[in-house]
Amino acid sequence: MAQQGAYYVPHHSVWPIVGSVGLFTTMFGAAHWLNDAGSFGRPMFFIGLAIVIFTLFGWFNSVIRESIKGSYNSQVDVSFRMGMMWFIFSEVMFFGAFFGALFYTRMFSVPWLGGEGHGLFTHHYLWDQYAAAWPTNGPGDVGGSFSTVSPWGLPLLNTLILLTSSVTITIAHHALRAGRRKQLLVFQALTVLLGATFLYFQAHEYMEAYEHLNLTLQSGVYGSTFFMLTGFHGLHVTLGTIMLIVIWFRCAKGHFNKENHFGFEAVAWYWHFVDVVWLCLFLFVYIM
Amino acid sequence: MAHAATQDHHDDHHEAPKSFFRRWFMSTNHKDIGTLYLIFALLMFFIGGSMAMLIRAELFEPGLQLVQPYFFNELTTMHALVMIFGAIMPAFVGLGNWMIPLMVGAPDMALPRMNNMSFWLLPFAFTILLSSFFLPGGAPAGGWTMYPPLSIQGGDSIAFLIFFVHVSGISSIMGAINIIATILNMRAPGMDLLKMPIFVWTWLITAFLLIAVMPVLAGAVTMLLTDKYFGTSFFNAAGGGDPVLFQHVFWFFGHPEVYIMILPAFGIISEIIPTFSRKPLFGYKAMVYATASIAFLSFIVWAHHMFAVGLPLGAELFFMYATMLIAVPTGVKVFNWVTTMWKGSLTFETPMLFAVAFVILFTIGGFSGIMLALVPADFQYQDTYFVVAHFHYVLVTGAAFSIMAAVYYWLPKWSGNMYSERWGKIHFWLSVISVNVLFFPQHFLGLAGMPRRVPDYNVAFADFNMISSIGGFVFGATQLIFVGVIIHCVFFAKKKATDRVWEGSKGLEWTVPSPAPHHTFSVPPVIDDSQLAHGDVGH
Repeated sequence: MAQQGAYYVPHHSVWPIVGSVGLFTTMFGAAHWLNDAGSFGRPMFFIGLAIVIFTLFGWFNSVIRESIKGSYNSQVDVSFRMGMMWFIFSEVMFFGAFFGALFYTRMFSVPWLGGEGHGLFTHHYLWDQYAAAWPTNGPGDVGGSFSTVSPWGLPLLNTLILLTSSVTITIAHHALRAGRRKQLLVFQALTVLLGATFLYFQAHEYMEAYEHLNLTLQSGVYGSTFFMLTGFHGLHVTLGTIMLIVIWFRCAKGHFNKENHFGFEAVAWYWHFVDVVWLCLFLFVYIM
Repeated sequence: MAHAATQDHHDDHHEAPKSFFRRWFMSTNHKDIGTLYLIFALLMFFIGGSMAMLIRAELFEPGLQLVQPYFFNELTTMHALVMIFGAIMPAFVGLGNWMIPLMVGAPDMALPRMNNMSFWLLPFAFTILLSSFFLPGGAPAGGWTMYPPLSIQGGDSIAFLIFFVHVSGISSIMGAINIIATILNMRAPGMDLLKMPIFVWTWLITAFLLIAVMPVLAGAVTMLLTDKYFGTSFFNAAGGGDPVLFQHVFWFFGHPEVYIMILPAFGIISEIIPTFSRKPLFGYKAMVYATASIAFLSFIVWAHHMFAVGLPLGAELFFMYATMLIAVPTGVKVFNWVTTMWKGSLTFETPMLFAVAFVILFTIGGFSGIMLALVPADFQYQDTYFVVAHFHYVLVTGAAFSIMAAVYYWLPKWSGNMYSERWGKIHFWLSVISVNVLFFPQHFLGLAGMPRRVPDYNVAFADFNMISSIGGFVFGATQLIFVGVIIHCVFFAKKKATDRVWEGSKGLEWTVPSPAPHHTFSVPPVIDDSQLAHGDVGH
């Protein structure tokens, strides 16, 4: 509910239109690049990306300045919180689409290809030798035979790393609320370090998969779901780690105080979200 | 109430900025951004409409006369994409932008800068999409539903379609987050959730649907992208995938999307009918619960779009019964509108005419929907003109009519001038007659077996197609009157609108001057329950 007194409405900003131009340049460039590797699409894509990054710097810069100036009242704070919560919800639904694809494939399409069910002719006419199994690259053996990553090596280690990072960021948050500056900086730095370690191991696992296991993005539907799910998760960890680094610098510069540190909390929420996605990945992609 | 409504707060932006670029490109003002959305939607309505005119011209007679078959497929695909993502959705967001802050007593949207970005992404998204007409191989032609394997066996254009979906999806999600934050966080004190105008309620629920399903569509098209360009096998049976998987993911988005395009329409009609019946809305709370029920059910009915692909029997039965269940909350709404009019002192200004037409014609679309929900019957109707007739009754005489009703209803508040009632009525009567000439015969065509998305057809279908095309041309031309009425009202009309505009209007938006000043409710207004459109629901 609105508080008593005046509302706050921010003044004009050039960043939304610059950001729109940037996103357009990126996407339009990417579409041309995909269709013709030698076209203007490639430079256009990178120019667009640069504009988007420039926008993020500029937009956050002005928001941080206004926040430090004390322009934002508690109502604005609640709007920001709602914005972040619903953004994370939209991300959950995005991952939901890929998890849904994984479950559908395992529950329905692969068994059907193996001849389960009534009145299904694909198995009968096209691939009557195919027996349903998981992992699989399908009756066409798309991408050639491959082996999978054991969950009990690097993935387990990565699970522990991310779980620990959730603990360290919570300790950092408590330190911030208690005004223990040194502890805040140390534990925030630890969180960044754990995030970076996770990414290092994940990259290592990918190289292992490509070089030794013949497990690639092209390895049938197993490769597709494995790399798209872990890949999008890795992308989110990368973004989350960059956000954590930015927040570390903002802590070091003293942008936050005990009561007013929504930027920190938003990134912490995001980090927990990325953590929960990983737990689902570990369970459904690696173990089961 | 709301005596302090227009009293401005002390800051540096009392009035609209003088510089054109600052005002329209860097805006943080919900009214200016709402206007941009509405103008954009009108432009897209005509671009999509001109494609429809070409389609109807080609179908005027059997045989191929005007366009190549492949280009015809591009037209049907692009017509749908432009109308859904360019006309209907942005028009509702524009109406929401303009009216939600005015209706809940907020000074602006909760996140005004993001609001500007939500809008500006749209013209760029449509530049990406429409530019594909000029590619070698032309625009996407596999239908707006993008079913693989067909969609990824075409030319380069699918990448443009996919990135269009991403950019417009980002726009929709940001817009929806903004609307939810505005409604939940910016209401004036005393504007409790169950006192909000129904239009605000329907938008709250619509925004939830948008945030829930736009990312799912983004996921679906991303899988298409990687299947085409990066060698994944999501929709490739040889690799263990399944083309039907795409249909499931797509329609998990697609069915809530249908309600995204109709729930705000329900809200608009629920505002207009009480005003011109001079009675509070009948069954306010039932309307709210019915809207929420429809939204909930929209998540568990998606496979009724896929009855003919070979689903297991249990799935067909479940989705059939779940779909028929939607008739219950929708029926609640229709009966509540009728009951609101019952024994009211009715007058039939243009918004009311469109609203009454909505109730009747949308219900026809609802009935054909129930017919389509029956699995055995749907096997006959699938991919025929019966389906085309069904969703055009819901989207044209439903969603588009509600938008026109809303424009006539609120235009005096936006512009400060009264539109020409005579020309408004001419627009209405020509529209309502021609739209039925256009779409009603398509039911018969479909039942007789004419497939959709074809440029040529059996001579047996010739008569009804010609009638339908004539209706189409008249309906298309009639919309030029609509533009004329709007331009005349905004720039040339002599008759000034009063603050209350309509005799029976109630609600906060009518307490501010006409035209609404650049900034309203800088200080929260005081809510008087008896002045709310739906009456005092506490008793």
